[in-house]
Amino acid sequence: MIQLKVNGVAHSFEGDPEMPLLWYLRDILGLTGTKFGCGIALCGACTVHKNGEALRSCITPMSSLAGAEIRTIEDIAANGLHPVQKMWMQLNVPQCGYCQSGQIMQAIALLKDKPKPTDKDIDEGMAANICRCGTYQRIRAAIKAASEESV
Amino acid sequence: MSPITNVSRRGFLKGLVGAGALVLGAYYLPKALRHHGFPPGGTDADRATLHPNAFVGIDTDGTVYIVAHRSEMGTVIRTTLPMVVADELDADWKRIKIDQAIGDPRYGDQNTDGSHSVRSFFDVMRRAGATARSMLILAAAQEWGVPPAECQTDMHTVAHPSTGRRLSYGELASAASKLPVPSSGIRLKTPDQWRYIGKGMTSYDLTGLCTGRAIYGEDVRVDVMVYASIEHPPVLGGKVKSVDDGEALKVAGVHQTVPIDPFKPPPAFQPLGGIAVIADNTWAAFQGRKKLKIEWDNGPNATYDSEQYKKELQTTARKPGKVVRNEGDAESVLSKGGSVFEADYYVPLLAHASMEPMVATAEFKDGKLTAWAPTQNPQAAQAIIAQELGIAKENVICHVTLLGGGFGRKSKPDYVAEAAVLSKKVGRPVKVVWTREDDIKFDYFNAVAAMNMKAAVDPRGKPTAWLQRSVFPPITSTFDINAVYGDPGHLQQGWTDVPYDIPNLRVENGPAPAHVRIGWLRSVANIYHAFAVQTFTDELAHRAGRDPLEYLLELIGQPRTLNFSGVDYPNYGADLRTYPWETGRLRQVTEIVAEKSDWGKRKFGKGSGIGIAAHRSFLTYVAAAVEVEVSDQGDIKIPRVDYAVDAGLVANPEVTRAQFEGAAVFGTSVARSGEITAKNGVIEQSNFDTYPVARINEAPYQTNVYLVDSDAPPAGVGEPGVPPFIPALCNAIFVATGKRIRELPLSRTSLGKNS
Repeated sequence: MIQLKVNGVAHSFEGDPEMPLLWYLRDILGLTGTKFGCGIALCGACTVHKNGEALRSCITPMSSLAGAEIRTIEDIAANGLHPVQKMWMQLNVPQCGYCQSGQIMQAIALLKDKPKPTDKDIDEGMAANICRCGTYQRIRAAIKAASEESV
Repeated sequence: MSPITNVSRRGFLKGLVGAGALVLGAYYLPKALRHHGFPPGGTDADRATLHPNAFVGIDTDGTVYIVAHRSEMGTVIRTTLPMVVADELDADWKRIKIDQAIGDPRYGDQNTDGSHSVRSFFDVMRRAGATARSMLILAAAQEWGVPPAECQTDMHTVAHPSTGRRLSYGELASAASKLPVPSSGIRLKTPDQWRYIGKGMTSYDLTGLCTGRAIYGEDVRVDVMVYASIEHPPVLGGKVKSVDDGEALKVAGVHQTVPIDPFKPPPAFQPLGGIAVIADNTWAAFQGRKKLKIEWDNGPNATYDSEQYKKELQTTARKPGKVVRNEGDAESVLSKGGSVFEADYYVPLLAHASMEPMVATAEFKDGKLTAWAPTQNPQAAQAIIAQELGIAKENVICHVTLLGGGFGRKSKPDYVAEAAVLSKKVGRPVKVVWTREDDIKFDYFNAVAAMNMKAAVDPRGKPTAWLQRSVFPPITSTFDINAVYGDPGHLQQGWTDVPYDIPNLRVENGPAPAHVRIGWLRSVANIYHAFAVQTFTDELAHRAGRDPLEYLLELIGQPRTLNFSGVDYPNYGADLRTYPWETGRLRQVTEIVAEKSDWGKRKFGKGSGIGIAAHRSFLTYVAAAVEVEVSDQGDIKIPRVDYAVDAGLVANPEVTRAQFEGAAVFGTSVARSGEITAKNGVIEQSNFDTYPVARINEAPYQTNVYLVDSDAPPAGVGEPGVPPFIPALCNAIFVATGKRIRELPLSRTSLGKNS
């Protein structure tokens, strides 16, 4: 049995320990905000936070998560919109929006590490998250705006 | 349905601007605007107190329900068309609720493809809103005992200015619902009265999109549903010879395996066939599927080799083909020799790779099928499901979720049909989940194409004769096993409409059989046609030692309307009188983009360059100027892109700009690395490692979009940004490196200094 916390709530999991966190979140807990994009950590659509760090849930087996604190996109706005979400809305970042849960989770983690990210920081921090609609220009602008907001 | 018919572009405008409010006759009304009933699967708009037509309903509490009948995949169309209704209704946007329509022919065409949602439904939406507004005005006038002409609307209320009386839409809904729905004499707003049109509205779904709460096809959950993952035949048309599912059934959570019949050619939207693994959750279905042991009969496409096929296409492209446009006598001018220049161009198969792979949920119950799917084309989903299950189309309900990208792939509902077939066989709701590998391998690919271009030029380098030949497996092959030639609908895309002012001009197309499913992908045949025409133009300019901008403008020539007599030119389904092909507009966007990009004023070369290209597609005129930096190692950066766009009236400008920003990124992906290949009939790519798409550090850093303030009727905005971007980028690379790109993707060419 694997015990972990998701969005502050304690859960125990008794299924296949090789099941990636992504499918536990989506199919078992019904937290569908975290998306399936590639299944092999190439696109970042499945990004969640583990103990505050960005994590690709699609390749993270449940067996590695005993005692972990997982946070998903659903919890980010639990007490009002996060500054990153506010800027995402203000700058109309999303098109189809499917990748944006992952983009937002990645951006929040990036800003935690680099509160004033340069273009290079953003390139490095966000390059593992694909947006097929091509909203990168607005993602970059929203990250910069959020970094100024949180001064 | 084509609401704007037989009206010239200028006439259309005069109607709106010159003569005050446009009054429309009843014959314009599509069926949906005359609907009164409460159909099964009806919307909140249908159930509302006042529901004059299928698109709008108003309740007594003032809530206005507006139906979005087109699919939302990121173009914000689910907001833009309801916004048009709300404007003509003079409604407060904060009190609007948008209902997503199921597939239902009463809404007219729902295939959200071809960049024509606003073009085809702008007037329909205006009338839908204006009809409700006129009924509210009449109800208020009767209540007050005054002539309706003395009343006016003002943000969700009807007012009688001379007495200061006001009634809200909610207060009037009940009385208005007792009035007959007017079938004529509906007054539309004049453009200066528009509140939202032309100013725009952000996505109705914006909060959901930023908080993980928006529901895509992937997120549908139905009680007692099971999950399915399907092992498809690796080669198109392949069949299962034998299957051993013993190990698969041992995987915890796996219930059963279910065979799906192979399609009967042509493939169209039928399921591909294969073996489905049914399980408690997606992961178990994936795991079980990996344990299947299947022997395949791969069939005749097993000999398909894309490298060999490429050579065949290129050989065909150099031979005379079917003549699809001919002016003057290009052949005899070219045969005289002199200064003749010839070049071959090639664009491979492309996959859509929307971020959400194909997915659909279906429940077969009591002889009826309900589907929930991220589909661009719910009516086609109904049709194929009805065909596969042998039930009437009316017994298929197709709910449309948000789409995690579409780009044309989700117009083809094969995956929805799979869920339907499986639900019937399993006796429970089934969710079919494709992996990324399934998505890339079993796509309906954008056609691979070879183009041969030939021009004879005068001493200044201007062509006196122009011959262009293209070969590509046509989309029609997906629906007709005998189709090998390009059809007019795709030859029109930047090929038969080459807009140059050249006296001897010949356009041909050669035959190519398909070995994979060919389908629409964002801007479709325009991708390879614009690449060939706009690169060849740039090559001719450089050969003549001329400035590419000035040369391009000379070829476009003086403003004129293209004459398509003798050419099968469908004009994207629009009347040429309403949407003529005007070279002046292409010229104008080219001049604007040159000015905005400071063309000719900045120094390039030695690793940096700028390129230009202009193209009309989906009735929209676009010019792109792309800047590039190429490192000594051959790495590419795109610091800046400028677009000038004449899309006619733009209903939602901010969203339109975003579409062009995205198109530049999409074009970057095509140019850098877009390539699907096959060996022994099997697609060699599988995920974002072997089919890379542009990432934030590879995408254009800054894309500026200049929208021409145009008085033409609305045209497409989702696709037209892609075609000119790619040749403009390649033309920039030539300036930066001296290397001419005639073949995509760029990953096939070494751009480094010493290579």
